[in-house]
This record gives sequence, C-alpha cells and structure tokens, in this order.
Amino acid sequence: MIEIKDLHKSYKMGSNSLHVLKGINFNVEDGELVAIMGSSGSGKSTLLNILGMLDEADSGTYVLDGIPIKNLNETKAANYRNKFLGFIFQSFNLINYKTALENVALPLYYQKMPRKQRQEKAMKYLEQVGLKEWSHHLPSELSGGQKQRVAIARAMVAEPKVLLADELTGALDSKTSYEVMELIQNINDQGNTILVVTHEPDIAQMCKRIVHLKDGVIVKDEKVKQVRAKVNV
Amino acid sequence: MKFLFDKNTWQEIFGSIGKNKTRTIITVIGVLWGIFIYIVLAGASTGLDNGFERNFESVAKNSIWTWSQSTSMPYAGYKTGRRLTIKVQDATTLQNRIPEIQYIAPVNTKGVFGGEAALGVRGLKSNSYPVYGYFPVIAKMATQKIYDNGRFINEEDEDQARKVCVIGERTQQELFEKDEDPIGGYIRLDGIYFQVVGVHKFTQTTPFGTDGDVYIPFSTFRKLYNTGDNAQYFTIAAFDDADVVQVEKDIKSVLKSIHNVHPDDERAFGAFNLGEVFGKIMGFANGLTFVSLIVGLATILAGVIGIGNILLISVKERTKELGIRRALGATPREVRSLIILESVFLTMIAGIVGIIMGAGVLNLINNATQDIEFPYTNPTVPIPLVIGALLVMVVLGTLIGLIPAQRAVSIKPIDALREE
Repeated sequence: MIEIKDLHKSYKMGSNSLHVLKGINFNVEDGELVAIMGSSGSGKSTLLNILGMLDEADSGTYVLDGIPIKNLNETKAANYRNKFLGFIFQSFNLINYKTALENVALPLYYQKMPRKQRQEKAMKYLEQVGLKEWSHHLPSELSGGQKQRVAIARAMVAEPKVLLADELTGALDSKTSYEVMELIQNINDQGNTILVVTHEPDIAQMCKRIVHLKDGVIVKDEKVKQVRAKVNV
Repeated sequence: MKFLFDKNTWQEIFGSIGKNKTRTIITVIGVLWGIFIYIVLAGASTGLDNGFERNFESVAKNSIWTWSQSTSMPYAGYKTGRRLTIKVQDATTLQNRIPEIQYIAPVNTKGVFGGEAALGVRGLKSNSYPVYGYFPVIAKMATQKIYDNGRFINEEDEDQARKVCVIGERTQQELFEKDEDPIGGYIRLDGIYFQVVGVHKFTQTTPFGTDGDVYIPFSTFRKLYNTGDNAQYFTIAAFDDADVVQVEKDIKSVLKSIHNVHPDDERAFGAFNLGEVFGKIMGFANGLTFVSLIVGLATILAGVIGIGNILLISVKERTKELGIRRALGATPREVRSLIILESVFLTMIAGIVGIIMGAGVLNLINNATQDIEFPYTNPTVPIPLVIGALLVMVVLGTLIGLIPAQRAVSIKPIDALREE
C-alpha cells in the first residue's frame, strides 16, 4: 500500500539546516496497523506529514497504492488527501461551529457529494463510532473521547486507503485512550490500513507492527503480538 | 462558475457567516452605512435637481429679457446720458439678424416697474392691477396655465386690437363673485371695457409677475396708452442648443448698432439672462450630484475596506479551520472562493439592505417636504446608479476579499494545523 524509499527531509533553521529524516525505507501492506514510535524530535511527525501529503520530501520516492506521489501542487495534493487519506489529530481538529454530523460530512462535501447522501453516509459512520445520538451536538458539547471518535468517523467517511493518526490518544486519559484504540482495532479488523504515530508504548503494543524511529532513521521494525484494547477497558 | 449556483457552496457560506453573528453584523454595518449614504445623497441631489427643474418648467429655459437704459458713452455725435427706447420693429431686426432666436416679443407694461397700475373696475369693486401688452407668442416662452374654458390672447385679438384680457387669479377673486364665471364677463381698465377671455394661474414666469397681472393684446395696449412704436422690454427665447451668453451679447450689439450706441457701452441696454442663471443653478445641481456620487462611492469604499479588514482578521482567526478543511481535501481554489464569496455575499446583503433603508429615508424626506416651498421633488435614484453601485460593491467586495483569501491559501495546511 505504501512504499517509501530513501526519504530525506531537512528544515532550514536560519543559516543551518536540520536534517530530520535521513533516508527512510519502509513498506506498509494492505490491512496493516503500524505504530511509528520515537521520542520527540525523532522525525515521526515529519514522516507522517509527508505520508499525509501535508509536507513534501526533499528526496526519495513515495508510492501510495501504486500512485507515485511527487511534484504535487496544492490542488492535486488536496484531491489526493481527500480521496486516499484520512487524518486523525491529537487535538481532534473539529470545526467548532459545525455539529458532529457536519464535521463528519465535510470531506464528502469536498468530494462534491450531494448534501442528503453526504449526511446519510456521515450518519452511518457516526453510528459506527457509537455517536449517533450526538450527531447534532457541537464539538464543545462532547467529551474528549467523543470528539476523537467524531474525528475518526470523519477520517473514515471518505473511505480512504490509509488512515493516519498523529498522537491520537495524546489528549485523552488512559481509559478513553483504550476505548479509542479499541475502535481503531475494530476498523483495522475490517481491513483498513492504519498508521499511528505515538510515543506511548502501551498504545504501540496495540498495533500489529512497531517501527522505531531515532534521529531520522528507522532503528527497529518489528511485528508484535497485538494487545487487544478491549482487555484493558 | 458552477460552484456559484451550488446549494452546497451556499450552505458552507451561510454556515460560516451564521455562526459568527456579531462579526457578520458589524461587518455588514460598514457597507450598509456606505450605500445608505450614497442612496440618500444621490436621491436628495436628484430631488433638488427635479425641484429646480420644476421651478423653471413654465419658462423657456433659454429666456432672455432685455430693455433699454441710458448711454454712458458719447458716440456718433450723441452725448452721454441719452435716454434710449427700444422699438417694436427692433424685434424683427433682432429676429432676422440672430438666427439663434426662436421667439421674440416686445412687451409694454403699466404699473409693473413703478408708475401707476391700471384701475380695474367691475360694478362696485375695484383695485389697481399691473397691465401687460402681450403678443400671443409670449405663451410659447412663458407657459401660462389658463383655467378651464379660458384662453390666452390669440392672433386675431392682436390683429384687430380687440379689447380682451386675461386676468389673474387675484383679479378674479377681487372683481368677481365666488361662483361667478369670469369668462365672457367685462371689466373696466382705466375706463375702457375689456372682455375677460381667460384666467391665468399664477406661476413665476417673469422675474416680476404677480397673481393680479392683467394681460391685453399688445396692439390694444399701444392704442390705449399711446405707446407708438416704443417697447419696454423684449422677451426672447433662444433655441435650446444655443449658447445663451453669446446670444445675449449678439442682441446687445445689434441693439447698439440700431440705436447708435458706442459698441463698448455696457450700460445702454440691460438684460436678464434666465438661461445663464438656469445654467448656473443646474451646474450647481450637477455639481451637487457629482459630489454626492463621489462622497457616496467613497463611503461605500470605506465600508468595503472595512469588510476586507474584518475578513482578514477572521481569516487569521480561522487559520486552523481552513487548515483542517485543506487537510480534508479542500483545494486552494475552494478555500479562496469560500472567503471571496463570503465577502461578496456580505457586501451584497449590506448593499441591498442599505438601498432599501435609503429609499425609505428618501420617501420620508419627500413626504416631509411635500407642502413646503423648497425646490425638492421626486427624490429618486436612477436604476442604473443603483445597479452601478451594486456592481461596484461586488467588484470591490471581490477585490478586497482577494487579500484575505490569498492569505488564507498562502499558509501551508501543516502550518495552519499547528496553529493554536
């Protein structure tokens, strides 16, 4: 699903440049649940941003489901993001003046889907994350876990090839974190490919594979025995 | 352009506008005020314009009155201070020599410029009234509204020096009973019986008219008061496209040559040039219209800049939201059009509300000035001006929206997302 070869990225910080990614090679197969782990500054968020086409690599190749991702202009990147990727953020990033339902339906709006169809589909995904009754509430009326579940529904609604989660449990207490991870595992069980960036070992253990990043290189890439989140709930 | 008519686009715009009500209202007020001022000013200046037009509507706007005075320079053997009198036949000469003259008529009066007015008597009632010896052509220069059943002096009256008269409203009230029809009745003017053929409604058609004026044929006047070939003044109307200032000069120089007056003698002949006065007033009114247009547009501009300003702030405020939208697949184009459409939409709403309020206020002013002596009639704003203003607002709204829109897309989605 994802093929990355020799990915480099550096940021200019005044006169000196900061080499963040120093040649990353890795592949993700269909249906995998991968955790990208590393301490802060290891380059994991940068990697995720490049995977999410929010940022561009300096060199190296990135192929997503057979499509080479390079030389994207903003419009093309936006279209690819909309079609191929679902984002889940640490700070949820819901639009605060839109209801849960409207938030979930937003990616479909950018797919030019008619309103009615959009809302039906959004409702279906809200139901899947167990928030059907909360569909007409504003984000400010939801708890952190609920917000993140709305965000997950929003990431899922466009049926993307890959879900990218950036510290999705970072703003949640551990009980809620496990609930959210349970949802992620369920989604993965349905065959969706998911990448999770985290620095929490227990969250990483709930994935099927852990990629350890350190100082811009992959130091360890291992398959692990998945811990089902349900046990901890 | 398709997205313009897409219900979804508008739902997004209403969503973002409706959820920020205070901001929206404050934004709208700026432009609303601008267009309101514009409409009221434009309407008021049109009202003044119309008011002036109405005040002058009964007079040919290119009218000139000219009369003779005394010379102030010796010339051709004549000494200075010679009293001049214009003659009836001068009118024909003027008409022949100056092609710009459409109509010209000599007038004699009694009791208008000093002197004793004629004594009008009917039965036991009497009063003195100014009398004018008029040619029928006067009606074409200074439209006299004649009450029903009556008429103005006509050619036959003039040719046969008939003893007929057109009386004023006041004359009628003073000499006739209330329910009496004055047409066909007789009044005695300075001892001679005249038949009343019409009653004129008083309008200020000469700088000196009153509602008691009595008009009689010029030839009758000549016989009655023994004026011979003398005339007191000429009423002249130039063609509409004539340069009235030049016509006045030509008239004076022709008169000077007829009467052996030094060509540079400024005092020999007097003239009142309504065309010139009218031109000045209309110039003033036009200037006013122009100024109000400029002021109005400037106010609209200020309002639109206000919208741009607030949108710029709101874009800054919404950086994160726009970043989320872009992460979810909004193209830069879609983000840009969202901001611009918001700008245009707010401008239009403000504009339309402002126009409606402006029209309301104009209507109130119109009602309030209905019955007072004030040159203010029918304060309308021409539709092209309104459409023009709306267009200007759309264009300005778009242009000003471009700035925040460009700013919104210039931020990378990743940076936008990082912003807290």
